[in-house]
Amino acid sequence: MALREHVVRTPVPIVSRNRLPQWRTDLAGWTFAAPFLIAYGLFVLWPIINGLRLSFYNWSLLGTSHFIGLDNYREALQDSIFWTAVWHTFQFTILSTIPLVLLGFVMALLANQRLPAQWLFRLAFFSPYVLPATIVYQIWNWLYSSSYGLFNSWLTTVGLPAVNWLSDPGTAMTSIVIATVWWTVGFNFVLYLAGLQEIPRELFEAAAIDGAGKWAILRSITIPLLQRTTTLIVVLQVLASLKVFDQIYLFTTGGPNGITRSALEYIYENGFQTYRLGYAASMSYIFFIVIMVISAAQFVVLSRGRTES
Amino acid sequence: MASRIAAAAPVRAPLSAQGRNRAIIKAISFVLLLLFVVIWLIPFAWAVDTALKPEAETSIVPITWWSSHFNLDAFGKVLSAGTLPRWYLNSLINSGVITIVTVVLASLIAFAFSRIRFRGRWFLFWLVMAGIMVPGQVLIVPLFTMMNDLNFVDTYWGVILPQLASPIGVFVFKQFFDGIPHELEEAAVLDGCGRFRIYWQIWMPLSKAAIAAVAIFSFVFSWNNFLWPLIVITSTEMMPLTVGLANVQSSFGLMYAQIMASAVLAALPMLVIFALFQRQIVQGIAGSGIKG
Repeated sequence: MALREHVVRTPVPIVSRNRLPQWRTDLAGWTFAAPFLIAYGLFVLWPIINGLRLSFYNWSLLGTSHFIGLDNYREALQDSIFWTAVWHTFQFTILSTIPLVLLGFVMALLANQRLPAQWLFRLAFFSPYVLPATIVYQIWNWLYSSSYGLFNSWLTTVGLPAVNWLSDPGTAMTSIVIATVWWTVGFNFVLYLAGLQEIPRELFEAAAIDGAGKWAILRSITIPLLQRTTTLIVVLQVLASLKVFDQIYLFTTGGPNGITRSALEYIYENGFQTYRLGYAASMSYIFFIVIMVISAAQFVVLSRGRTES
Repeated sequence: MASRIAAAAPVRAPLSAQGRNRAIIKAISFVLLLLFVVIWLIPFAWAVDTALKPEAETSIVPITWWSSHFNLDAFGKVLSAGTLPRWYLNSLINSGVITIVTVVLASLIAFAFSRIRFRGRWFLFWLVMAGIMVPGQVLIVPLFTMMNDLNFVDTYWGVILPQLASPIGVFVFKQFFDGIPHELEEAAVLDGCGRFRIYWQIWMPLSKAAIAAVAIFSFVFSWNNFLWPLIVITSTEMMPLTVGLANVQSSFGLMYAQIMASAVLAALPMLVIFALFQRQIVQGIAGSGIKG
């Protein structure tokens, strides 16, 4: 979204160097661009092409590899574990996006009431976001511990049975989602708070003077005016959730019985545990296409929703 | 929009009642938020609490927050156990180099996009921006075979090289550079400054905000990167903090106080960075919506 505005904006006037021949300007431009382009070409563009090549081979680190055409893709399309993993990824995405967007919105809405201690809210909600996944895992794995964990101690105090948070197939995914919400909701909180602060105060005040209730203001002013922010947050959140790997690898390595195995987790297992690199590459591309299709669909749906309202 | 609301609710509430209502809503919001704050801080508090307890008291039922034997033993043990300081150093080297190089590379090309009318610049700009759409996770297999061919597996090079080209960094710098008034540059040109001097002595000093944003985010994201070092690093000594700590569970056995002490120690640098640069981080996110 930001990109589009960027392009539409009129180009910034550039100092005329008409005295110089164009080739010298070209040379200067490409010289400044060269260091980035080299890194970008070697570590982004070339891997994209080379990965595609790998996906047509039965490549592994051991032994020789042969060109096998589309066999990897054929296998992936029929691999039920892969598609179950993709389905789990969707499950995680839906389960995490809804609370992450809603909670971020509610927290920002509450914090935007000209309350004191704004720094405290930012600190509490956002500081987990800067932590690496490993630390989130260490802390929450301890909270979830079945015999000495804090959560189970609360449950047993009020007379409820203890829960095997991460090893029970019924709760494993939810437990990972809860830890993820704690970890990353601050990001959406910050984006929503910024969006709220862009709405002119006078709008709210005028509506309040006209006697509009809080709910009416929320429904007719706040939510519609935040639609751009919401679109941005939802798109970014879905994209981030689809790429889930760290938490799942750390908390459950995809278990119990593969119930939390995400697409990237399965790609990792194939590529770096059984070293079927060619197969892992082909699944990466299939999954990349899935992500692109979802992003495009989201963009169409969300931007149509905006023009209609 | 305001008029639609006015039409729907033409009766004006008396101002005093409204003021009282607003105060009540404010109070309720505050209490609710404090509740969220407490919930959000409990995991931190429990981690610190556990780290301060003697090991024996971490696995007693019923669980208590208070211990009459709070001490720093677990921290001492974790630090003297050897590998944690090394992991710190590895993370610092990786993220330090990635941050500096990212800022230099991204600002140079952004300067070219913003200030030099060279042929092919639009093609290049879009080629780089398209990179924002490519999830790095898709590239792990070809990047790994590349690092393997170059013999960079289990080295700093292996971790650092693939993280140097940041299209988002380019975007942030270009946006910032576009906003700098060009009169400044004209004066410099009249003085006979070369392009590199204009970039280095005028543009960069004026772009401290953009440099801070790109540097902070490069540092935090590379410090927190888990998947790539997990793949490319194989020996315990070369692991960054994130990967090393993932294995700590097994090496410490079930020493919960020590595990929590290591988590607290590892969290500290990021929390300090956050405390120092809170404003830049929050504005950076609010401004351009960067997400890892």
